[in-house]
Amino acid sequence: MDTKTTNIVLIILVVIIAILPLLMYGGLGEDEGYFGGSDGAAGDAIEESGYEPWFSSFWEPPSGEIESLLFALQAAIGALIIGYFFGLWRGQKNKEN
Amino acid sequence: MHIMEGFLPPMWCLLWFILSIPVVVYGIIKIKKVTEEIPESKALLAVSGAFMFVLSSLKLPSVTGSCSHPTGNGFGAVIFGPAVTSVLAIIVLLFQAVLLAHGGLTTLGANVFSMGIVGPFVAWAVYKGIVKSKISSSIAIFFAAFFGDLMTYVTTSFQLALAFPDPTFEGSLIKFLGIFAITQIPLAIAEGLLTVVIWNALKDAKPKILEKLNLLSSKEVGASK
Repeated sequence: MDTKTTNIVLIILVVIIAILPLLMYGGLGEDEGYFGGSDGAAGDAIEESGYEPWFSSFWEPPSGEIESLLFALQAAIGALIIGYFFGLWRGQKNKEN
Repeated sequence: MHIMEGFLPPMWCLLWFILSIPVVVYGIIKIKKVTEEIPESKALLAVSGAFMFVLSSLKLPSVTGSCSHPTGNGFGAVIFGPAVTSVLAIIVLLFQAVLLAHGGLTTLGANVFSMGIVGPFVAWAVYKGIVKSKISSSIAIFFAAFFGDLMTYVTTSFQLALAFPDPTFEGSLIKFLGIFAITQIPLAIAEGLLTVVIWNALKDAKPKILEKLNLLSSKEVGASK
């Protein structure tokens, strides 16, 4: 298999890994205690033992919308840089040939 | 793997800072050195950081019914080593702590230790071990990224069990491993696969720099010509 085909197969596998849990727990959601974050679950477990956090964030995204904005921004910055350099390298390689 | 702001007692925050800071400082020195020796590696450094940015923003569902995210630390660790990766990790973790209230400033030392030091160290060691036995670098980097991701979360579980040995350290460790490590297994596989994707693309686009950084297995060297 050439690189391109291999990579497409690998990406399809990743998509399957991401979709599988959605099918397994189809119809269930946050209200039933599904698909919450593991970081938060650890925080809850600690608080259950009676521990009180001694410091809290200076600023928190005021809503889920704002949070998703910033997460999308994070992914976009990363994707932009990766795309830029791979495009550049491809151009350089074409020029060499 | 993000320990939330204020969720580690001050003594533990301090300890993880003390352990992490020297590695980050060494990483900064190493970045200077490698970019001076091989100027082209600057672009590769940017891509490694960017890969971490993308992967750690992807919160994926897992078969345990909760969500978590990959770390993206295996890629940079294999290319530049764990110390340099700790510098990349601190940038990502600062962004998330300040803008997203994800992780925290007090827990930054602990989070850098897991995602920027232990995970990358394991990834780097696994890669070196496998590639030495003449196995393809693509296979080696899959296992490197898989274990780098998983060990990051195992480290977080240890950190929390040490700080909250309630009722016992072992019991607490099992509880946190249950929350983090089990959820992480399928995501670590996904991270491994995605790291192979970018690795293959890199091997296609820039084989020479990978040879220069001495990263390919002896079988692959020269094969790219």
